Amino acid sequence: MTDAPINSSATGEEAQVLEQLGIELRAKAQAGDLVDISYRVVDSPVGSLLLASTPAGLVRVAFETEGHERILEVLAQKLSPRILKDPARLDAVARQLDEYFAGTRHNFDVPLDLKLSTDFRRRVQLELGMIGYGQTWGYSQMAQRIGNPKAVRAVGSACATNPIPIVLPCHRVLRTDGSLGGYLGGLEVKTELLTLENPRFGGTPGTLF
Amino acid sequence: MQVPFERIVQDYGLNVLRVCRALLDEHRAQDAWSETFLSALKAYPQLAEDANVLAWLVRIARNKAIDELRKNKPEILVDHHQWDQIDGEPQPALQLENLQLWQEVGRLPEKQRLVVGYRYLGGLTYAQIAQMVSGTEAAARRAGSDGLKNLRRLLGDDTLWQEKS
Repeated sequence: MTDAPINSSATGEEAQVLEQLGIELRAKAQAGDLVDISYRVVDSPVGSLLLASTPAGLVRVAFETEGHERILEVLAQKLSPRILKDPARLDAVARQLDEYFAGTRHNFDVPLDLKLSTDFRRRVQLELGMIGYGQTWGYSQMAQRIGNPKAVRAVGSACATNPIPIVLPCHRVLRTDGSLGGYLGGLEVKTELLTLENPRFGGTPGTLF
Repeated sequence: MQVPFERIVQDYGLNVLRVCRALLDEHRAQDAWSETFLSALKAYPQLAEDANVLAWLVRIARNKAIDELRKNKPEILVDHHQWDQIDGEPQPALQLENLQLWQEVGRLPEKQRLVVGYRYLGGLTYAQIAQMVSGTEAAARRAGSDGLKNLRRLLGDDTLWQEKS
């Protein structure tokens, strides 16, 4: 199927008709509840971001380095192949991300769908939302917060597999010694986000821990 | 593994448009395109992983086209099953992936276009086709033969859609 002919051989007239038909198809498919995942790709200071949403809420934010096509295939496999590009469905989160990168938004307010995560990880990932803008927590502090102080490694995995980075700010969790730890989008992106939120953050150990 | 449906629309949207335009007038061809992809989206999770996606889409499109035609001519009884031969080894090969071929089909004079579409895409008999295009069986045969001649000339392929007699 990947060697299928592509639309590049369409005439200008056909390309125009297909674009219009495509827009109508998306609207009709949404109206008929036939779309399980809508997505769009937005530009950001940390590279292009894939935003994917189920009818329940935002289900995935993926960095360019993760490979957007690959992530869509994983979603097709794990959730549903009824996936359509539909920018209008993701207007709210796209706008809030713009505001976040402009420094004017400190909290995201969009419905989330964490069905990609197991119960434990979901609990940790939701708790990420409690870390204030510009602050950082240690993994062990996070483990205490969820009432399971020994589960430091499991908390680390939960942060590392956060399907909705930036919106659920796993970048605000550092190693207990203050070093960066890991990040799905790469350590440069993690530093960039932390510096955006707190210009005095220099990747040096936090003074609070 | 099933690919995201968006890729199906991107990869095959043009094939399906050209097939619909071979069978229907412009307005109804666009309706048939939309209904085809909506039906396909609905059924997509159940599609076998090794299915020929293009053949599956075209089968849906043809059935939509026949439904459209029957709205105007309810006396025509077309057995949908004969449209299913596309699943097996179609005779002659439909060349669904041949975008240029289907573009040329769409550019044929209307009667030739319809007869060629019904005959080679639909697998209908000339008697059935005559009912649909309002003419005699002999006239339908002539239009089909003229259409085929045009296509062979345009594509430089003398063996295109040679029927076994």
